[in-house]
Amino acid sequence: MSAAHDTAHDAHGHGHEHGHGHGGAAHGSLKSYLTGFILSVILTAIPFWLVMGHVFESRDTTIFVIVGFAAVQVVVHMIYFLHMNTSSEGGWNMIALIFTTMLLVIILAGSLWVMYHMNANMMPTASHDMRDMP
Amino acid sequence: MSSHAISNIDRKTFFLREEHHTENGTMLGFWLYLMSDCLIFCSLFAMFALFGHSYAAGPSGKDLFDLELVAVNTGLLLLSSITYGFAMLQMAQGKKSGTLIWLFITLIFGAGFLGIELYEFHHLIHEGAGPQRSAFLSSFFTLVGTHGAHVFFGSIWLVVLMVQVAKRGLTEANCRRLSCLSLFWHFLDVVWIGVFTFVYLMGVL
Repeated sequence: MSAAHDTAHDAHGHGHEHGHGHGGAAHGSLKSYLTGFILSVILTAIPFWLVMGHVFESRDTTIFVIVGFAAVQVVVHMIYFLHMNTSSEGGWNMIALIFTTMLLVIILAGSLWVMYHMNANMMPTASHDMRDMP
Repeated sequence: MSSHAISNIDRKTFFLREEHHTENGTMLGFWLYLMSDCLIFCSLFAMFALFGHSYAAGPSGKDLFDLELVAVNTGLLLLSSITYGFAMLQMAQGKKSGTLIWLFITLIFGAGFLGIELYEFHHLIHEGAGPQRSAFLSSFFTLVGTHGAHVFFGSIWLVVLMVQVAKRGLTEANCRRLSCLSLFWHFLDVVWIGVFTFVYLMGVL
């Protein structure tokens, strides 16, 4: 009983804390939007410059760096534009996001892994592969 | 007397919880929709990762992609994100005309993005690099086209909401709808980060 009351009170306080009366998600301020925008412009410009200007000799280094920038930019967008934090909607937003990220990793890594091995093991193309076939 | 007090507390608890629930249900539900949409894009990205090098002796990304055009497109989408943010700030202050102006600017940037993407698709198909050319191009058109379709429907949604706000003002329902579209619009920008990194930049490398 008292627990239920506490929860209700918390929920009420939570609503007032953000103070806009619609949605449990936090709203940004002008400063947070501008910070997000400037950061994402920088994080977009650098990968384009790296690729268009052929800055690195090694292809692998470039890929590694631009994927890193993309990952950081996704986090920047999540925080400054989508207003993600651990407290909005009582944390359910974050739980859903973490679950989705987990599925994302499983689908991407699983597909690549399985299909790579299918490709390597099940598609004999050279003649000596054919000769070795049972 | 004591039972009366308890029922009072009960009612208070009940009302607060219920109010909280309906107030936040839409935004949480919409977020869950976005997460499921994220899985659609995830499987399309996985498909592109698998078929991205199956050129069928046709053109590769290096031959086809015009990075300057993609950079302009990325800029337009980023600008539309910040202008939508400004619209949300105007909405939070209850300024109807300011909200409408920023929404209109967002719409222009969104339309510019779609225009450039359609030009690119038209150009590719005209060059004989249509979706039927190779597995690479099929998966490219599916992935980028699905993103473009989202932007297209988001733009229609934006127009509908502009009409609603112009007619009925910034009512609570309209504010909720604008918040949902805000999530949708910024989410599309997040997906575009993946598209320009994995499809265009890595395709040209």
